[in-house]
Amino acid sequence: MDDLHSPDPTEQSWGSLLRTNREEVLEKWTQTAAANLGGRMTPAEMGRDVDEIYSALVRADTGDQIDIRSAAYADLRSLLTELSRTRARQGFSPTETAVGVYALKDAVLEILEAHGDLPGYRAFARLSRIVDDLGMFMLETYATTREAVIAEQAEALLELSTPVVKLWDGIVALPLVGTLDSARTQVVMEALLQTLVDTGSEHAIIDITGVPAVDTQVAQHLLKTVQAARLLGAECIISGIRPQIAQTVVALGIEFGDIHTKASLADAILLAMRRSGLDVVKSR
Amino acid sequence: MWKSMTSPTSESEATLTLAIVNDGDVVRGRQAVRDLAVSAKLSLVDQTKLVTATSELARNTLVYGGGGELRASIVSEGGRQGVEVEFIDDGPGIPDLDLALTDGWTSGSGLGLGLSGAKRLVEDFEVDSAPGRGTRVRIVKWKR
Repeated sequence: MDDLHSPDPTEQSWGSLLRTNREEVLEKWTQTAAANLGGRMTPAEMGRDVDEIYSALVRADTGDQIDIRSAAYADLRSLLTELSRTRARQGFSPTETAVGVYALKDAVLEILEAHGDLPGYRAFARLSRIVDDLGMFMLETYATTREAVIAEQAEALLELSTPVVKLWDGIVALPLVGTLDSARTQVVMEALLQTLVDTGSEHAIIDITGVPAVDTQVAQHLLKTVQAARLLGAECIISGIRPQIAQTVVALGIEFGDIHTKASLADAILLAMRRSGLDVVKSR
Repeated sequence: MWKSMTSPTSESEATLTLAIVNDGDVVRGRQAVRDLAVSAKLSLVDQTKLVTATSELARNTLVYGGGGELRASIVSEGGRQGVEVEFIDDGPGIPDLDLALTDGWTSGSGLGLGLSGAKRLVEDFEVDSAPGRGTRVRIVKWKR
């Protein structure tokens, strides 16, 4: 490492390598980076990003410091963090994200091949390490952002999937679709109870046609929801019990007790209407 | 005690292995087993029973075993096809198997029907467990 510290007339720093070839580097860098994105970013947009990275990178050049976690690289890191986040949210792939910095290596190598010298290649070797580290840094940030996006989407889905619909005066329905885990049950139960209070409904129909399997956990969640609704003075009907679900529930030994269950949502609506003193008759 | 491992008549094809470390894995395991059940041409009722048993046992692996592994494969024996699913964990094990298989008994907060109910949902059901040795449950649903 010592020879890196001593000033050597033949030594060229990667920073000066970049500075002396500024125009050429920027042009080739932008070209390579944009080409890898298949037209999803215009060369002008890419050019702006590349220009910013270039400036921050040159500013970070303090001689022999190649640890990108050091203070000299703070600006560059925050710039790349921002870029990675944007790319992740725009739906670019990890490769498309990292290629923004990796393309610098291709650009510089091309220039060196044209009029290369040994000190130039030495400087390139160090620059290459920095660029590799920066690429990995971008990927890490990218992955973190993607995970955050996925978590947000899961949460959004949780809320989307629990619509409570009013079927008639005093009758609301909750069509359940998909997996009923503890987190969803909590959201579902809250939505149902709130709607019961808001609409003053006395009948709730929980339709499980879209629930693929009813195991003891799902059954327990359903039973708790029904009990909570009862405390508000509302009666629940569980509908959409398909034959295979019925057989499975019986084999499991789950008992729904005095809770009314119906095969179809239509049957459940009719039951709820009759309980509220209404009937459906054919008009003449 | 672990008959299936030495049984010469039962030959398994490609085995699907899945780690069970969170709720999402239970759902994934259920979907994987449903796919196997469909390709083994199990009837809709049998598919649902197997998937529900898988759901119960995978959740036991997660909640009581502290996470583990699910292995599923299509097996054939004497010309009939079935789906075999194993649940393996290195958890505390089951001290009293008879008690654990009693309807309504639970060491947690569930309904106490998971293990006993799962047993009623499938044809073959084997539990290998002892305190400190973890738990292995093996089930097979045969095509009728």
